[in-house]
Amino acid sequence: MATEVNFCGIRLRNPVIPASGTFGFGLEMADVYDLDVLGGISLKGTTREARFGNECPRIAECPDGMINSVGLQNPGIEVFVKEKLPALRKIYSGAIIANISGFSEDEYRECCEKAAEAPEVDIIEVNISCPNVHGGGLAFGTSAKAAAAVTHVAKSVSTKPVFIKLSPNVTDIVEIARACEDEGADGLTLINTLLGMRIDIARRRPVIANRYGGFSGRAIFPIALRMVNQVARACRIPIMGCGGVATAEDVIEMMMAGATAVQVGAENLRDPYACKRIAEELPEVMSRLGIKDLTEIIGIV
Amino acid sequence: MKQRIFEIKENRQIAEGTFKMVLKGDTADAGGSGKFVNISLPGLFLRRPISICDLSGGELTLVYKVVGKGTGDMAQMQPGETLDLLTGLGNGFDVSACRKEALLLGGGVGTAPLVFLARELVAIGKRVTALLGFNKASEIMLADELRSLGATVFIATLDGSQGTRGFVTDILKEKAGTGNPITFDCFYACGPMPMLKALCSAIDAPGEVSLEERMGCGFGICYGCSCHTTAGPRRVCADGPVFKKEELIWQQK
Repeated sequence: MATEVNFCGIRLRNPVIPASGTFGFGLEMADVYDLDVLGGISLKGTTREARFGNECPRIAECPDGMINSVGLQNPGIEVFVKEKLPALRKIYSGAIIANISGFSEDEYRECCEKAAEAPEVDIIEVNISCPNVHGGGLAFGTSAKAAAAVTHVAKSVSTKPVFIKLSPNVTDIVEIARACEDEGADGLTLINTLLGMRIDIARRRPVIANRYGGFSGRAIFPIALRMVNQVARACRIPIMGCGGVATAEDVIEMMMAGATAVQVGAENLRDPYACKRIAEELPEVMSRLGIKDLTEIIGIV
Repeated sequence: MKQRIFEIKENRQIAEGTFKMVLKGDTADAGGSGKFVNISLPGLFLRRPISICDLSGGELTLVYKVVGKGTGDMAQMQPGETLDLLTGLGNGFDVSACRKEALLLGGGVGTAPLVFLARELVAIGKRVTALLGFNKASEIMLADELRSLGATVFIATLDGSQGTRGFVTDILKEKAGTGNPITFDCFYACGPMPMLKALCSAIDAPGEVSLEERMGCGFGICYGCSCHTTAGPRRVCADGPVFKKEELIWQQK
């Protein structure tokens, strides 16, 4: 069984990648299992300055999913480059994906440049879709013009492949995807979380301290799949499909919809071994479905 | 952290709204006191973190209050059923912080982890006094378990239906005025946030508090339960849940 996938000159041993924000900086999982079973790891979203993020509660249970409103807690790009990346590279040989967020084009430029210069980084993933911070992230991801501008900035300073992570909280994701592709994006990651809410009906107030948060988990899989398919049919650049993936069958489905690699998010929180399990089950599922090489099925539907 | 399947040996109500579940399974990596387990429940997306009340002879005891669907489902479970647990989570209490005499303070179901803590402290020759606070007499739990381990136990209830009327700090004030004040060189506390915050400013001695927060993963990857400390943001699940009094920076809520 060939589980390898290739894009932008990068070879992944398999398409399974923990999604940003659901796997820390990889280091947190070092004692849980051998990370080399993973095709890539998308690290926690990083900004120029260190951030605490939002106040707690940041987490809410939902039917077949969850809401998070962490708000980009991270130690800042300097610590990320100097401490987190070298430490991860010592224990992991697969693709390291630096997820970059910002509150201005200048911040995106500076962080993308620093991340791209780091020898450990294989791919830059520009997050223009975080729903949990005001004035940043999502503000760039809901307008084709702003998304194009951030793509331009990231591409102008990066020698590494640049993926733009798109928000589903838009009327027409294809328009935004096309704008990123036209501006030179090497690939797209989609989807980020859907803006959601829960209310504590006994206390008559939002569960999440920041009121709204990003909804993810198995419940969003059909939406993610639809958007990946729409974008895959409209764009030529590779896609990392993300949203509600929990099984090896989901990976296959996401790839048939058009994804070249597949990110696993919220499932990591309920099952720490989720990505390992999915990666290990892939060959068996491929065999059952008569798939000899995963690259055969990308975008066939 | 280990993922283990446990079998329910016992699951019964021990106080108003509060249940005790005894689980049998591989507890090799589960201890010591102040650590917690994260339980997968059918039909719920996220696991439910529950502190370890006691651990001895391969049996894990959890004491939990029914506060929502997850704990409500747990209360319905029968002996013989199995549960998927992540064990060995959290940092736990540091019993070496106590020189001779420890004061344990529990608020409501926050009393649960103090049982295991008392067992550990007594085992290394420390004298243990426990002050337990509840809303009312019908909610009192685990006082006898603590006494049987050798702890001196005092109770406070908000409505005055048993023990001292008021908070656990009112027991301290009450005893301070008598010929037998409560003596201790350090304290350990678990309970609601307002209680912990009040204790940390009311008690001069060094102490450790176990925090509670809504968690995503429970093992440190999602950063869903962070708190403010003098060393910067820390994850309640993986860097805590136990923090030293002087580390914590309390937020206005």
